[in-house]
Amino acid sequence: MATERRTDIGPPNYQNFLPSVIKKNYGKWKYHEILRPGVMVHVAESGDKLFTVRAGSPRLMSIHRIRKFADLADKYCDGHLRFTSRNNVEFLLTDDSKIDALIADLKELGHPVGGIGNAISNIVHTQGWVHCHSAATDASGIVKAVMDDLHEYFTGKEMPGKLRIALACCLNMCGAVHCSDIAILGIHRRPPRILGGLNKVCEIPNVIASCPTAAIRPATVEGQATVEIDEENCMFCANCFSVCPALPMADALNDGVSIWVGGKVSNARSEPTFSKLAIPFLPNNPPRWPEVVEAVRNIVEVWHKNARNFERMGEFINRIGWPRFFKLTGIEFQKEHIDDFKYAGLSYKRSVQLRH
Amino acid sequence: MAEPGKNGTPMLDELEKGPWPSFVTQIKEAAEKNKMSKALLSLLERSYHERIGHWKHGGIVGVMGYGGGVIGRYSDLPEEYPDIAHFHTLRVNMPTGWFYTSDALRTICDIWERHGSGLTNMHGSTGDIILLGTTTDELEPTFAELTANDFDLGGSGSDMRTPSACVGPARCEWACYDTLALAYDLTQTFQDELHRPAFPYKFKFKCAGCPNDCVASIARADMSIIGTWRDEIQIDQKEVKAAEEAGLNIQRDVCNLCPTKCIEWDGKKLEIDDENCVKCMHCINTMPKALRPGKDRGATILLGAKAPIVEGALLSSVLVPFTKIEPPYEELKDMVERIWDFWSEHGKNRERVGELMQRVGLGNFLEAIEVEPTPEMLAHPRENPYVFYEEYYEEGDEEEEEEEE
Ligand code: SF4
Ligand code: SF4
Ligand code: SF4
Ligand code: SF4
Repeated sequence: MATERRTDIGPPNYQNFLPSVIKKNYGKWKYHEILRPGVMVHVAESGDKLFTVRAGSPRLMSIHRIRKFADLADKYCDGHLRFTSRNNVEFLLTDDSKIDALIADLKELGHPVGGIGNAISNIVHTQGWVHCHSAATDASGIVKAVMDDLHEYFTGKEMPGKLRIALACCLNMCGAVHCSDIAILGIHRRPPRILGGLNKVCEIPNVIASCPTAAIRPATVEGQATVEIDEENCMFCANCFSVCPALPMADALNDGVSIWVGGKVSNARSEPTFSKLAIPFLPNNPPRWPEVVEAVRNIVEVWHKNARNFERMGEFINRIGWPRFFKLTGIEFQKEHIDDFKYAGLSYKRSVQLRH
Repeated sequence: MAEPGKNGTPMLDELEKGPWPSFVTQIKEAAEKNKMSKALLSLLERSYHERIGHWKHGGIVGVMGYGGGVIGRYSDLPEEYPDIAHFHTLRVNMPTGWFYTSDALRTICDIWERHGSGLTNMHGSTGDIILLGTTTDELEPTFAELTANDFDLGGSGSDMRTPSACVGPARCEWACYDTLALAYDLTQTFQDELHRPAFPYKFKFKCAGCPNDCVASIARADMSIIGTWRDEIQIDQKEVKAAEEAGLNIQRDVCNLCPTKCIEWDGKKLEIDDENCVKCMHCINTMPKALRPGKDRGATILLGAKAPIVEGALLSSVLVPFTKIEPPYEELKDMVERIWDFWSEHGKNRERVGELMQRVGLGNFLEAIEVEPTPEMLAHPRENPYVFYEEYYEEGDEEEEEEEE
């Protein structure tokens, strides 16, 4: 072939994709206002206005649906749109008289408008059974069931502050789940199975070195070099599986979901912080994971009812204290709530400031 | 039992009910014209029945000359689901800030209709466009069409991952530097590092325009570049009054929630003790018309965030308390190179830079990358009195030192 193979060109330059109102007012925005759920206006120093309509998406989308978004962008936005870091679609308009028609078209397509301001935004999530080898649960299915249940908080029901939910289907945590108001996390609970012929697919020293608790030891079985696992020291992190496919972790009887709360990434008021364990284990119960849906709703409602203005989940819990969080939510406190990995002691209560 | 998936998809059908848009509907839309998506639907139904996934570890597949950008994926039931025996993912580097024209989107869709399952993620966790599922044979042709249309692959494996940025100055009045320009520049400068894994493990950049950190950089990026300012918050007193009149309880919901209690409101005038302001954004978030970040803007650079694998999760910590972020970003890039050099030399296999920093200690790490320690880097000085002093005097040393002066 005559043409040279193109490589290392990087993505197309974003500047070519910006609507003209953005090009003109780039870096010169003055303020914004939320006009109604899912709709905001940014006003530039020049007086120009940019209207944004935000709609939820399932993240997993067919090209046919994306083409429909492209059609809507042509119809209402001179062919411009963007996506957000939480898998929402944003339509960018200069003419606010078109907003109602756009929202109607989005509804017709099945995409609710919302997720701006003190609202639940879309759930950041991962691949699950759709496409990942590591998954301890499905991602899209739980997200769909939870968002069906909470969608009114996306489309405008008043809330004290922002609420960010994320889901990862294993401890690899693709997605910022470890710093979310509510994190749904797939977990394995059975030590890896050791497949025959391990030494043919994996380097045994690498496998041994991969285990953070040194639970993996060399062994010989039927004359073949392999490994053995000290099951008492396994914390189901799947590091070994990441480096060696002959140590699968997935197990229908034992895999499930844990729920974590009170993390955030924004610096507003309190510093960014990790989520903490609320519920150690809930079963995988497809297709709609009712236990998970119920648990998330319960936590959202307790926060909704008791939090002060602008209080994120973690700020709310810090104010009332963890014992009261467990009491209000009715979640049973268990041994698993107590950390036992490195620096666990930092999470012990080291004062007598207690509410009795 | 009839094999799940062959007789319809009763379980997945349940997930087409309800108000939230359904991924099942999306797979079905694609399945109408595409046999891979059709097979995926059956396999997924089976996973829903069996409560377990059916994907194997990726093998090494990719496009010529690249080591990243393709995730190899194989079904563990290839005989039963031959159409998705290979189901590899391409990560396509998204346009910075996730801005698209309808034409660009259609181009991607057309390419993916010809070469893959017709299913995507808009977008993946790191920010790439995810083209979900194709065969090994289709990888090169897909890549050729993508590059012919000015798209390229993103990162995967032990390489620099696709940098991402918040919407920044394109639409946000709070952006303290040009997040899009920086992310794009880093992407273009480090194409080799993006496409050819040569690091101990992955390395992510995320550019957030202000401390609200809409791209979760402090939790997710090995290098988090978060916009901030170092002069006074701009106040429009008229708009403060207007915010109060519109129903905001300024004392309760702004002043009392300021983490350093540095704002006062007497009903007429809002005063901020800017020396004590920690740039948390709360007051600005609550009164966007009345308050704006200062004019002397730049960013704080933090290092080391990661998810739990291998040694536990970390948040990024401060490396450079304040710096101007202006093209061509030489100072920043030089520092990045020094970090990468040290990490490449001393990092263990699969050790993220944050873990290395913990292992060798921040003090030693700073020395190695030639950055002066400052108190801003710590929540507080050490509590532990076991200090590794590196030198001590021996009898007679003092005279020698005097001589040297
Ligand atoms: S979180 Fe785990 S299972 Fe889910 S997509 Fe990421 S690596 Fe795969
Ligand atoms: S899952 Fe983690 S703790 Fe268990 S054996 Fe594997 S590496 Fe070790
Ligand atoms: S991080 Fe700050 S500047 Fe960037 S979009 Fe969010 S609020 Fe705006
Ligand atoms: S930005 Fe935060 S710390 Fe600074 S004055 Fe406003 S509320 Fe207080």
